Amino acid sequence: MRIAACIKRVPITGGRILLTDDGRAINTQHLGFTMSPHEECGVEEAVRLIEANKGDSVVLTLGPPEAVEQLRDAMALGIDRAIHLQTDGQEWDAEATAAALLDAIRADEAARGPFDIIFFGNESADSGGFQVGIRVAYALGRPCVTGLKKVTPEGPSVRCEQEVEGGRDVYVVPTPAVLTVKEGLNLPRYPSVPGRMRARSKPVAVVTPRRPDPRLELVSLAVPAGQGRRAESLGAGAAAAPAVVDLLARAGLL
Amino acid sequence: MSGLPSHARCIVIGCGIVGNSLAYHLTRLGWRDVVLLDKGPLPNPGGSTGHASNFIYLVDHSKEMTALTMDSVRQYRDLGVFIRSGGIEVARTRERMQELTRRVASGTSWGIEGMSLISPAEVKGLVPYLEAKVILGGFYTEGVGVVDSLRAGTLMREKGQAEGALHVAPKTEVTGIDVEHGRVCRVRTTEGDIEAETVVITGGVWSPRLARMAGTRIPLTPAVHQMIDIGPVPRFRGAKSDIEHPIVRDMDTNMYERQAGGDLEIGSYAHRPILYDPEDLPPVEQAALSPTEFPFTQADFEEQMQHALELMPEIVGDESVGVKYAINGILSLTPDGMPVLGESPDVKGLWAAAAVWVKEGPGTGKALAEWMVGGESEIDLHSSDIARFHEHQRTRHHVRARAAEGFNKTYGIVHPNEQWASNRNVRLAPFHIRERELGAFFFEAAGWERPFWYESNAPLLEEFGDRVTRRTAEWDSRWWSPIINGEHLAMRARAGLFDLSAFTIFDILGPGALASVQCAALRQMDVPIGRVVYTPVLSPEGGFKSDLTVMRLGDEQFRVVTGGASGMADKKWFRDQLVGGAELADMTSSMTTIGIWGPRARDIVASTTSDDVSNEGFKFGTCRVIEIGTQRVLASRISYVGDLGWEMYVPIEQGLKLWDTLWEAGRPFGLAACGIGVYGTTGRLEKSYRAHGNELETEYNVVEAGMAAPRVKDEDFTGKAAHLRHRQEDPAAMMCTLTVDDHTSKSGDKRYMLGREPILTRDGKRIVDRKGRGSYVTSAGAGPSVGKHILMAYLTPEEAVVGNQLLVEYMGERYPVSVAVAGATPLFDPENSRIRG
Amino acid sequence: MTVLLIDDRTEASRQALTIARQFGEVSAIAMDAIQPFAPDALAAAIAGLNPTAVVGAGTERGNDLLARVAARMNLPFAANCIAVEPGDPVVVTRQRWGGSLLETARLHSPRPLLTVAPHTVPADDGRAPPEVEVRPTGADTTVSVSEHIQPSNGGVSLADAKVIVSGGRGVGSKEGFAIIEELAGLLGAAVGCSRAVTSAGWRPHSDQVGQTGTKVAPEVYIACGISGATQHMAGLKGAKRIVAINSDPQAPLMLNADYTVTGDLKEIVPAISAEIRKRR
Repeated sequence: MRIAACIKRVPITGGRILLTDDGRAINTQHLGFTMSPHEECGVEEAVRLIEANKGDSVVLTLGPPEAVEQLRDAMALGIDRAIHLQTDGQEWDAEATAAALLDAIRADEAARGPFDIIFFGNESADSGGFQVGIRVAYALGRPCVTGLKKVTPEGPSVRCEQEVEGGRDVYVVPTPAVLTVKEGLNLPRYPSVPGRMRARSKPVAVVTPRRPDPRLELVSLAVPAGQGRRAESLGAGAAAAPAVVDLLARAGLL
Repeated sequence: MSGLPSHARCIVIGCGIVGNSLAYHLTRLGWRDVVLLDKGPLPNPGGSTGHASNFIYLVDHSKEMTALTMDSVRQYRDLGVFIRSGGIEVARTRERMQELTRRVASGTSWGIEGMSLISPAEVKGLVPYLEAKVILGGFYTEGVGVVDSLRAGTLMREKGQAEGALHVAPKTEVTGIDVEHGRVCRVRTTEGDIEAETVVITGGVWSPRLARMAGTRIPLTPAVHQMIDIGPVPRFRGAKSDIEHPIVRDMDTNMYERQAGGDLEIGSYAHRPILYDPEDLPPVEQAALSPTEFPFTQADFEEQMQHALELMPEIVGDESVGVKYAINGILSLTPDGMPVLGESPDVKGLWAAAAVWVKEGPGTGKALAEWMVGGESEIDLHSSDIARFHEHQRTRHHVRARAAEGFNKTYGIVHPNEQWASNRNVRLAPFHIRERELGAFFFEAAGWERPFWYESNAPLLEEFGDRVTRRTAEWDSRWWSPIINGEHLAMRARAGLFDLSAFTIFDILGPGALASVQCAALRQMDVPIGRVVYTPVLSPEGGFKSDLTVMRLGDEQFRVVTGGASGMADKKWFRDQLVGGAELADMTSSMTTIGIWGPRARDIVASTTSDDVSNEGFKFGTCRVIEIGTQRVLASRISYVGDLGWEMYVPIEQGLKLWDTLWEAGRPFGLAACGIGVYGTTGRLEKSYRAHGNELETEYNVVEAGMAAPRVKDEDFTGKAAHLRHRQEDPAAMMCTLTVDDHTSKSGDKRYMLGREPILTRDGKRIVDRKGRGSYVTSAGAGPSVGKHILMAYLTPEEAVVGNQLLVEYMGERYPVSVAVAGATPLFDPENSRIRG
Repeated sequence: MTVLLIDDRTEASRQALTIARQFGEVSAIAMDAIQPFAPDALAAAIAGLNPTAVVGAGTERGNDLLARVAARMNLPFAANCIAVEPGDPVVVTRQRWGGSLLETARLHSPRPLLTVAPHTVPADDGRAPPEVEVRPTGADTTVSVSEHIQPSNGGVSLADAKVIVSGGRGVGSKEGFAIIEELAGLLGAAVGCSRAVTSAGWRPHSDQVGQTGTKVAPEVYIACGISGATQHMAGLKGAKRIVAINSDPQAPLMLNADYTVTGDLKEIVPAISAEIRKRR
């Protein structure tokens, strides 16, 4: 079985987002970084599937040199190899990202055979484009199911469950397939120390693709104004309980 | 109490373990209207206390740190937040095994109980998940434990608040500290201004930023120490308490491992030093976790994973155990590794307690409160005194260089005489070049490069042959040379020339000069002009704050000369006691000092001057200006090496010329350049001269030190009432001089003690006086002229009997020693004929 | 010259219509035009209509569908816009970080494809646009819904709940949620939690509120011991009233709530439950 997972390096934000002086990026001076949450689950799922079915797994990312940390994190969980499409730190839009990943996937498949499943996050935590996985799937001519909370290979197909209002929709598609997943698909494991140590020597292939001009071109970022919630104090401690219940009563919710 | 008060008796800035403890103890000692601020929320404002690993090891080679730690443990226990787990320092190397015996010895000296050296199998018995094969043994201390420092701080704070004496204001950020006429007067915050004449900075890593608001500096730097949590650990499942196994310090890898509930916490001091400035710390709302929990840098932990895996493969190598938490935690480091405590030398009323770790937090709060309220702390804090720093030591460059160098030695094997490598050659004597030419081996003190011995004196070894003790054991010979003993003998035989440039020198001037020095000094200061007085300087409770010499140069001019190590603190002490319009002028960088002592010293000096330097013409204990060539030299006839001679003072720019003049004059007489090895150790030990920081501390009084004069002056002085009381009491201890009877170790080597070792009875029991103080070696060194290795120690009156046979414990073995002197009588030249001749 | 609106017959589509009208005459195509739902087939049908722009609601299905249209037509796609300026290029303002950050971008495209973030734009209150018929060809149905699973009974659905009692790291442990569940039970409310809680394994992911969990729109959201990281706040934009309970009066969620109670939730939450019982 061959599985690939595509991930993105994103900052871990706190209670407030700060922008750089030019307003075109987040100030990450005090921030740590991680794999985007949906993708963490994609990586975990990939690892579990290979553990159950034998085969090999690959993690790919388009990102700056530091993104190798996230690749090592994925390999610490059990992914075998990594492909790093290295950028100079500039943002790439979703179309360009998909195109670069597509090239790398095609090259790897040409050498080693098709991926039964390629996992993407449903959307990245930061830019939230909702499209990279779908574009790659269309280019490869493979079925794509999005927003998945459960994935079960069934022979030549894979059964996919997507959460919708009022339950779950089930899709069954043939592999090779491209699946975009959401947090909640599984509870990702923490890497073990031996896993981390093995990850150090797992191979990372580095490619530096050329960045095309973006068709969705970032102009500037802004932190939105608050919603005007006035933070009226109802009191302190248990003594505030009556005020809270009054509020619920006034809203007709008791 | 709602809203910030507009005035306070005392404002404490920083609500970590130290701030909480200090606020509580201030109110316990009777202060009211104390305000405790923090810019963060409670109960966890986001400083180092909030993420500390919270374990406490008891033993430290430093007496002061151990005392603060033991007091802290007592307080944690009383608060019900201490869980005893035991702690083991494991050794992977032979060198470390030897160091562990030294740790046991220090523990014995400071009175720690429940210590033992144990085998790998015994270690494994206590820590079953440890791989015994990688260690050679361990040092087990039963009393080690973990604490809930956040809870402790909360409880102490609430006690202060219960009294109504303490107002606590979280989420209140200090924006300014106002100083008027050199005194703090106001703290400005985001919630309003508070007037106060006493302000304490207990801001942990933010302390330097706060200090700068007041126009002063606190020499510490925020730095990283990595920690990770792995779990869930199968073996710890169902753990009923936070810790059920001893904490392990893997000393040789600079790491520790401790159980934390169901997880294992692993910490490291082994990575490259990662230092920050307080400006690098994010505000609370921008930090993902807290301002002192920085993102983990995996690359810096790679080797440490390997070490942890070697030591605890059962847990660390378990694939089901995940890394749940990993941070670069921020803590404070200082240039010399000691905390920063006391009143700022630059701003009156501004105090600090910073670079204090959880393990000494409560004790530090109590000690500082005692100091602030009563003028003195029970525990002698001279090594932590904020006033100790010389100017260059407060620079960012120095702080960072030394903190970085010291960081990787956190669990290191540090020889007592080990010298710093970074930031050297900051202060050079004017005759430094001559010292280089003579092959000086330099030690650093107060930034000064001082020759400890001179390699060019190697021929002295042959000249004095067997009288020069060699040392064969590597540890004893480190940072030492037998040449020191050769120089000593050359001085005693002929004369020695000494670089004393590291003295701190300051003049007390003006109409109130006499009154000011009278106030500070134990001895009578109203002496004729030209008299030199060596005097103890007492603390309010009659212990030793310092000892130094004072020269009366005029009716209203007294020149105080003290050692570089205590110089800055002594300067502040005198400045704080100036009365009657007296002023203090620092002469350290204006004057330089050369010492010349030995039986031929007079001949040498006489050959350079036509002034009368005979015994009648220039008596011992006097000083005057003599002309040596074209130089007007202030010569002071005293001697810390117990021989005939002078300290010579000239303006700094003339130092080289004076050195050359004396050197040339001395050649026909066999004058030898002598280093601090002689001046600070061999010379004075033969004379049983006490030294501050060794024999003289606030913990011991003048009578116990054997330095009480027949009479006490009528004038008032600091510590007088206590001193008079001490003279009425039977001393609880006596300073004695001991000699080693047999140096032979079990393996046949001759071993030489270096200091701080415990003194035991022949039965191997500690000697503890009625005040609870244990006997230990306060100074150790060779006495070449008397052919003995000399140890000084306080003994109980029962043991302080000449000829009494005792033991000293050194590197795991016990050696027989005898009491040679009970009191102050010198071993060498007891009549002092050489000095006075 | 048709601007196509994907209509799923909800308020979100009427909000998207407001934006769609900025591009010109709008015709609508029903999200459920092809049954069972087959997004590729629908995307093919949309593309086949040769629209000059396609706008949909930024719901799960809406984003999925528009992305497929974009991939099919080899055009850029801007998801979750909150404002547009038609032109050449179109200038869009769109959501990043679940709405905690806004991006202004130029959409260089002959045919703008975009979705509109729900609850950010007023609904169009005019006449519904004319519907376009869809003729499915039977192709592109590899990806289609084969089955629908009803939710397991018990518990109020988080997305629909009128009242939610939610707990964060401050609750302290899995067992600590007992008081949260108690209060929720008394109010007929759903139980929610922050991401820290699901990462710690105290609650299932289905309880998680936030950018990568469920976005909620209750009448009242009672947050207990939740600090209010931006990704959690991103899930609360639809909440009418937020009541925050926290020991830190300056936690981000306390500053962004409608009502606050300062103190220990372990005392406050049971006290609220007791007060409700008293009044029954």
